[in-house]
Amino acid sequence: MQWANAVVQGLLLGGLYALLAAGLSLMFGVMRLVNLAHGALAIVGAYLGYVLVQKTGLPPFATIIVVIPLMAAIGWLLQSTLLNTALNKQALAPILVTFGLAVILQNVMLQLFTADYRSIQVGDLAGASIQITPDIAIGVFPLMTFVVGVIVIAALQQYLARTKTGRAMRATSDDREAATLMGIDNKRIYALATAIALAIVGIAGVFIGIKTQFNAYSGDTYLIFAFEAVIIGGLGSLWGTLAGGMILGVATTVGAQLLPSSGTLLADLVFLAILVFLPTGLFPKVVNG
Amino acid sequence: MSVTLSDSTAANRARVQRSTRASLVGLVVSIIVVAALAYGPYAFLSKGNQQNLTTLFIYIILGTMWNLLAGYAGMVSIGQQAFIGIGAYGIVYAADILGLGLWIGLVLALVISGIVAYLVSFLAFRLSGGYFAIGTWVIAEVIYLITTQFDTLGAGAGISLTTFRGYKPEIRIAVVYWIALAAVVVAVAVTYLLLRSRLGAGFTAVRDDATAAATLGVNVTRSRRIAWVVAAMGCGLAGTLLAMTTLNVQPGSVFKIQWTAFMIFIVIIGGIGTIEGPIIGAIVFYALERYVGDVGFWYLVILGIIAIAMVLFLPKGLWGLISRGGRLQLFPTGLRLATPLATPLATTTSSPTSGTPPTTSAEDL
Amino acid sequence: MALLEVDSIDVFYGDFQAIYGMSLSVDEGETLAVIGANGAGKSTLLKTIAGLNSPRSGDVRFDGTSIATLPPHKRVPLGIALTPEGRRMFPSMTIEENLLVGAHKARPGPWNLESVYATFPLISDRRSRLANNASGGEQQAAAIGRALMCNPRLLLLDEVSLGLAPVVVQQIYASLPTITAQGTTVLVVEQDVMHALRVADRVQCLLEGRTVLEGTPSELTRDQIASAYFGI
Repeated sequence: MQWANAVVQGLLLGGLYALLAAGLSLMFGVMRLVNLAHGALAIVGAYLGYVLVQKTGLPPFATIIVVIPLMAAIGWLLQSTLLNTALNKQALAPILVTFGLAVILQNVMLQLFTADYRSIQVGDLAGASIQITPDIAIGVFPLMTFVVGVIVIAALQQYLARTKTGRAMRATSDDREAATLMGIDNKRIYALATAIALAIVGIAGVFIGIKTQFNAYSGDTYLIFAFEAVIIGGLGSLWGTLAGGMILGVATTVGAQLLPSSGTLLADLVFLAILVFLPTGLFPKVVNG
Repeated sequence: MSVTLSDSTAANRARVQRSTRASLVGLVVSIIVVAALAYGPYAFLSKGNQQNLTTLFIYIILGTMWNLLAGYAGMVSIGQQAFIGIGAYGIVYAADILGLGLWIGLVLALVISGIVAYLVSFLAFRLSGGYFAIGTWVIAEVIYLITTQFDTLGAGAGISLTTFRGYKPEIRIAVVYWIALAAVVVAVAVTYLLLRSRLGAGFTAVRDDATAAATLGVNVTRSRRIAWVVAAMGCGLAGTLLAMTTLNVQPGSVFKIQWTAFMIFIVIIGGIGTIEGPIIGAIVFYALERYVGDVGFWYLVILGIIAIAMVLFLPKGLWGLISRGGRLQLFPTGLRLATPLATPLATTTSSPTSGTPPTTSAEDL
Repeated sequence: MALLEVDSIDVFYGDFQAIYGMSLSVDEGETLAVIGANGAGKSTLLKTIAGLNSPRSGDVRFDGTSIATLPPHKRVPLGIALTPEGRRMFPSMTIEENLLVGAHKARPGPWNLESVYATFPLISDRRSRLANNASGGEQQAAAIGRALMCNPRLLLLDEVSLGLAPVVVQQIYASLPTITAQGTTVLVVEQDVMHALRVADRVQCLLEGRTVLEGTPSELTRDQIASAYFGI
């Protein structure tokens, strides 16, 4: 029954992966920008949460309320200065600039916090669990992560489908030039998309900080997970991203049971297998914009 | 190769050529420099300097290979460390474990790098742009994780290269130095010849506009695959050199993504899309690492800032400055007109410029 | 007073010059048709008025103020809307969502979902169809509707008839009087001269980036137009 338990834990872990992936997916969807600094930015969120708990004594989950606007502001600034400039340059510029940004962020964090692993302490909650069957226990914290992941994905989905700005974002994604003819300022839309993306990855960061130990280099793994969830789910589908995250989560936890020494190998292989057999992912976008 | 315009008199004939006076000078100077470097260990190069230059040569090879991928074939890979690792483990496996000795081991390591690259290209090429970049990284992670599963390869602990046992240290250092020098010459020459071939023109076309190139009959995927395999073999070569210099292959060290970060910095600083750029970039990068490297982690922060600034404001890198925007070419890969034509349009050469977007054609009006 | 004045503009694509010192003006409430063969510079002219191209020299004035340097998204709130060539619908969105995006920077006025559907019955029962799956005629009607949603003072229509069946073109042109009746100024670009002549108060014919003929449809003879159109 440890397998069933691994599967359940994996499905819950999918919520965290979806939180990590949603922003990556949004930025790619709206402006075709693959943000290689996405993982490092998740760790920025984790450190923000950590510092807030240390310095202000805020309860760990309350830090999210501060982290969200902070990360959104960073996102807005980043997009309106650096990334919008990069998007206007040669084709490779955005990839190279976000890669450079990842290196900068990683090393600044390393300088500020050393290479020691940190984590955000939540006390008893970390170990609390609900016993479902004698063999399967659902941790309260993993369950919270999952629920937050689903809520964020659903909210983002509704935002894009129902609001005026959400529609403007989709229009810009479909045809940037035609969108400007509707009076849409694409630079503003891009800044907003990145602000939302970073706000979400900031939430993911705080959950990472609570779930596990992290240091400046931990972002690399999370960028890969986020990317794999997006591709498994199919580009441009948010619910697909959640499903992709859950598949990846199961692959991670089952993989850890099978081959404890090789960490994420099984998850990576599942990803590669999907790339071979379902190159457009599980939920391909019907329309190519 | 000449293109004749309407006027048939010889003076008005537009001749297309590659070599310029600068490129001839470049070739002569390169030969002299390589000859001097080859003679160096007998005369003016200390053991320490031979080791330093070996490191520099590894950087030049890495930069040249990443430039071939990104600068010419338009593919940003952040997974080249996969092939550095395969090269390093490959030479240990072939030379020591299979007992084939240094030279066959070296060749076999390159062949393995090439074969693995060919096979994984079918995975990686399903992705494009930024997702291709992360995809190559995932593949590198998988290769790293699989490598550490084998106890014969030392699992997670790493393995030593023993083929140099019996060499005196100074002989070993000199031999590795010469191999590295030969490797640089081969890597640069292969890249240069590849770009001068018909395939090279295809690369440039693919990078500038893959769709347009495809309609013109350039086999885009084939061109990319060749660039990918060659770049992998080049990185494999650098990996064998790393194994030869450190004599010990650590999985966490040969497979680290920092190698690719170094390649990117080298190419961006030197100038993407030129043969000369990565060479200049490697020299500057090596000098920075040597003399500024002690400021610790801030060094990488500064490198990151420089790289971003260069991508945005000096996209042709230092070589772009030196060559006055590409007019001076020591290793010309494109064709240029020997006799300028009357119209200003025709004076532009087909020399590579960094991925400019296709301009609106008259038919779109 | 003229609502739109284009004052001797030169427009380039790189080194290629598409428009040579062209001038035109459109009065408030007027419908001007710009006709010409393929490559005459018609679409370039409309793109320049909408802000997608900027003139290298000359000026574009709207309601007396120069707009030559304004980006396209800042021209929409002034009341300039373009239905671009090829319609450029947002393919992953429904017809109705496309219309709603058109109202992103809407000015007050008569146009809303209801009045657009009333004017274009072709799309009124296709509201929830993805634009990508709509027929050419439905897309064209929706594209015009989308431009109307911002309640423009000046509507720029580019090649409305292109690639559509004659019946559909008839249907769409039949809606034009409803639009002009609201006081909207219209600048229509067409290769289909007969349609242009029927709806226009004035016609201007372009050839290779220059104006070669202008007048009211009643003044101009068929031969004059034919020779101006083909440059013979």
